[in-house]
Amino acid sequence: MTALLVPLVTGAAVAYWICGPIMVAAAVAMILSRKAVYSALYLALVMVNLAIIYASQDAPFLFVVQIIVYTGAVMMLFLFVVMLIGVDTRGTLVEKVKGHTVTSVIAGIGGFILLAIAIGRGLVGPAIGVEAANQTYGGNVQGLAALLFGRYVLAFEATSALLITAAVGAMVLANVERLTPKFDQTARAKARIEEYATKGVHPGPRPSSGVYARHNSITSPALLPDGSVSPDSVSAVLVQRSGLADAVALAAPAKEAFAALDVAQGEDEEEL
Amino acid sequence: MNPNFYVVLAAILFAIGIVGFLVRKNALVVFMSVELMLNASNLLLVTFSRVHGTLDGQAASFFVMVVAAAEVVVGLSIIVMIYRSRQSANVDNENLLRY
Repeated sequence: MTALLVPLVTGAAVAYWICGPIMVAAAVAMILSRKAVYSALYLALVMVNLAIIYASQDAPFLFVVQIIVYTGAVMMLFLFVVMLIGVDTRGTLVEKVKGHTVTSVIAGIGGFILLAIAIGRGLVGPAIGVEAANQTYGGNVQGLAALLFGRYVLAFEATSALLITAAVGAMVLANVERLTPKFDQTARAKARIEEYATKGVHPGPRPSSGVYARHNSITSPALLPDGSVSPDSVSAVLVQRSGLADAVALAAPAKEAFAALDVAQGEDEEEL
Repeated sequence: MNPNFYVVLAAILFAIGIVGFLVRKNALVVFMSVELMLNASNLLLVTFSRVHGTLDGQAASFFVMVVAAAEVVVGLSIIVMIYRSRQSANVDNENLLRY
């Protein structure tokens, strides 16, 4: 008498009943969440769980490709674009068409019934399983490679053309054409000399701010050699904020000190 | 594991994708719903590959992934371009092609 060990629960069933509900819940959360970032993360969750279901269905290659291509590349691209544009776009619940949401949900339920019945009718008998097909060439990856580079080699080449077209297309679309010529260094220098020739504006750098015995901040204006204040030496923004400081008052302590020194020197000379 | 379960799961995901595509206004989320539908069809391809005992379904699923990657690249750059010119990612606002 041989005891037939029939497992009550297979690994595929465990994966299905754990990942399936998570996927459905995450998909519903994806279309319900107000912010696009959350939608993207929920979709990534759906994709990771889908990868696990692929693994439980004897498709290890697709399991890895699903995680690398979909979760890794596609969803991160989505997140980048959300970072670019989606953060400040608020989702509005205003319906342009009356009863839009209700009709859409009814359409979704109808689509589900239609799909489940129509595809379910295509199922004939129990699953054969791909273990035998996987073992034909020594593994899942080898078997897929034999198909891709054998029967489907033309489609494979077409996808390479598609990918390079998509890359070029994205570059063309993302490129912004410059409408005005660039204001580069040569043009800047020419404009400066032109201004000097027509309006007499000084072409060189403006004078630096004043340095005094007790003040050297950029708000203190400089004194010109003839003793007058140079308004150019302080940024116009600073002048607008707090007004032009009195340069003569700033220079006064130094002048007093020099005067006192002069007096002291005169007294010394008298003593000698 | 009975393949019927996988068909039902894929149909549910596809239906959720349909609803998301129809209801949401943000172009990015609409695009994500399209991705969800593609994933649901991928699940069916893998399931039927197992039902028929051949790897052709998995190869088809691989091609769908490649095409989806290309589609995402072009689609997202179109969304970014529209956003640049209209300052909006709302699909209800885009009516330039209407007249």
